[in-house]
Amino acid sequence: MKKNYKIEVDCANCAQKMEDAANKTAGVKNAVVNFMTLKMQVEFEDGANVKEVMPRVLESCKKIEPDCEIYF
Amino acid sequence: MNRKQRKNLIRIITASILMIFLQFVEVEGAARFVLYMLPYLIVGYDILIKAAKGIKNLQPLDENFLMALATVGVWALAIYSGSGDYTEAVAVMLFYQVGEWFENFAVGRSRKNISDLMDIRPDYANVENLGKLEQIDPSEIEIGTTIIIQPGEKIPIDGVIIEGNSILNTSALTGESLPRNVSTGDEVISGCININGVLKVQTTKLFEDSTASKILDLVENASSRKSKSENFITKFARIYTPAVVGSAAALAIIPSIVTGDFETWLYRALIFLVISCPCALVISIPLTFFAGLGGASRAGVLVKGSNFLETLSKVRTVVMDKTGTLTRGIFEVDAVHPISTNCISENPTEARQLLHYSAHVEKYSTHPIAASLRKAYPNENDGCTVENVEELAGLGIRAEVNGNVIHVGNEKLMEKIGAAWKPCTKIGTIIHVAVNGEYAGHIIVADKLKPHSKKAIEKLYEIGVNRIVMLTGDIKKVAEKIAGDLGIKEFYSGLLPAQKVEHLEKILAEKSFAVAFVGDGINDAPVLARADIGIAMGAMGADAAIEAADVVLMDDDPLKIYTAIRIAKKTLSIVKENIYFAIGIKFLCLILGAVGVANMWFAIFADVGVMVIAVLNALRALRI
Repeated sequence: MKKNYKIEVDCANCAQKMEDAANKTAGVKNAVVNFMTLKMQVEFEDGANVKEVMPRVLESCKKIEPDCEIYF
Repeated sequence: MNRKQRKNLIRIITASILMIFLQFVEVEGAARFVLYMLPYLIVGYDILIKAAKGIKNLQPLDENFLMALATVGVWALAIYSGSGDYTEAVAVMLFYQVGEWFENFAVGRSRKNISDLMDIRPDYANVENLGKLEQIDPSEIEIGTTIIIQPGEKIPIDGVIIEGNSILNTSALTGESLPRNVSTGDEVISGCININGVLKVQTTKLFEDSTASKILDLVENASSRKSKSENFITKFARIYTPAVVGSAAALAIIPSIVTGDFETWLYRALIFLVISCPCALVISIPLTFFAGLGGASRAGVLVKGSNFLETLSKVRTVVMDKTGTLTRGIFEVDAVHPISTNCISENPTEARQLLHYSAHVEKYSTHPIAASLRKAYPNENDGCTVENVEELAGLGIRAEVNGNVIHVGNEKLMEKIGAAWKPCTKIGTIIHVAVNGEYAGHIIVADKLKPHSKKAIEKLYEIGVNRIVMLTGDIKKVAEKIAGDLGIKEFYSGLLPAQKVEHLEKILAEKSFAVAFVGDGINDAPVLARADIGIAMGAMGADAAIEAADVVLMDDDPLKIYTAIRIAKKTLSIVKENIYFAIGIKFLCLILGAVGVANMWFAIFADVGVMVIAVLNALRALRI
């Protein structure tokens, strides 16, 4: 399952780091951050609960980039 | 400018004014330290806070942390050496923030520009309710609803006009500036702007299946498919920062121990930290692609991803379908040869008579050739009597017009009725006509070339395509003529769709550069999918084309193939410029810093300057 989220982040490198962090989060199969459109596309693993995974994604992103935001 | 940008700009200006002021004030000792600390904190407090968070989260390579470390290091050196030169530390922080601000502003601006450019999303649809117009969210409109489009409004949903005439501006969709006339019965596509008349339209699709929604979806997701250049930069950035920080550490420790000159080498190491942020690269490459994709869609070329833009720039072989791509795919009367003219000149009166008869005979036929004959004789309904129409399968049609027996059909029909038919020198489909059993002449019906086909082929050769191949299901004679007219040296005729794939595979096996296939997307989906890059023409309404291809040309103009490749090439050359330029300057700076030629000022100017130039260069991709 793939979902798109609006994000907020200030610099391109930080967006890249968010992508890395999201990809390392449990339950995420693949994540792509598009800095230009400020969107994050998350592909979830089969059977993953989106409502549980997304807060974890945000948490790991906040860790590397305190200034970021994901709207879900 | 948003609130955050305004706030940061005020911080930068305040700090700058303070710094200028401080240049004229002579204070020493602790007072001096405090006075200089003031602009430093004003402009850099958020960096310091983020740096602290970075340490807490065990992210030592965070650029805020590195920048904080570099400036604090310069402060420490100034205090340690007793020079009291705090300007440098403040300036580094100040310029770093100027760079960040510019990056933020430029990206925000171009993000807005590009999205405005692709702004075809309709906000509402007008529905008549009890004699009053109501504005309704288009996603709530069901198929078959009648909607009203007033002058100046966007068509929200695809549909058919049931009442009204108008002129439509399709430029947001096709890049074509020439407006299109529409009237009752015509199909209209969402995203076009209604210029002057009120239109009543019956919707044929849901909002989310309408052209505008599909295209927006496609464009918005396009830059998520990352190109090789982008992946390279990502990988580079991952190695670059740790490598530079590592060398900075080595530079601070090893030569200091060897030479004992701890101050000089620590200073040089701090220069490294200032240059360690890969931002110029990481921002400019995706920005260039984004601008390129935006510029392309403004020109009516939809590219489904940065990766496809990259492949498109490497295209050296273009394989093309004939019907619908190079030719219009609509039959038209090419020439009329009454028996008396002997296929050389035309005799207008007799030619008219020939068309007159055939148009009458074909009155009730739905065959595309019949349609072309009727089109060539527009005043068909002129009171002549047409009786006893008889379709002769595989031969033609027989009918009585004003009492004369007319046969219209192929050679076999002529032979069957014993009319002495003559072959024609022209190439195309030949329609023979006999009046009362006597051969009267023939009409040549042919598929016409599109007006820009020849120019498109010339331009493609000009831009570096070195092999153009035409594949067609049509007969050899016709293919030969079309290829000859257009200057295409290589063609294969009489192909079934599966054979087109085989031919393409052969070409793919021979090539060393990318191969593009251009088709109208209706019956050549497998070929489109098989090519390195599939280009579909005429997306206006054809869902199959949007689905199957990597690049979608919004209208039928073959010149757009050239436009697409040109934009791709330009974008990729900007990408390369930015990669070489940014990496080059950074490495130069590192070397000069290590040997002591460059100072902190040089480093921060290089860092910010490279970013500014790379961003400005990236935005060139928008103007094609």
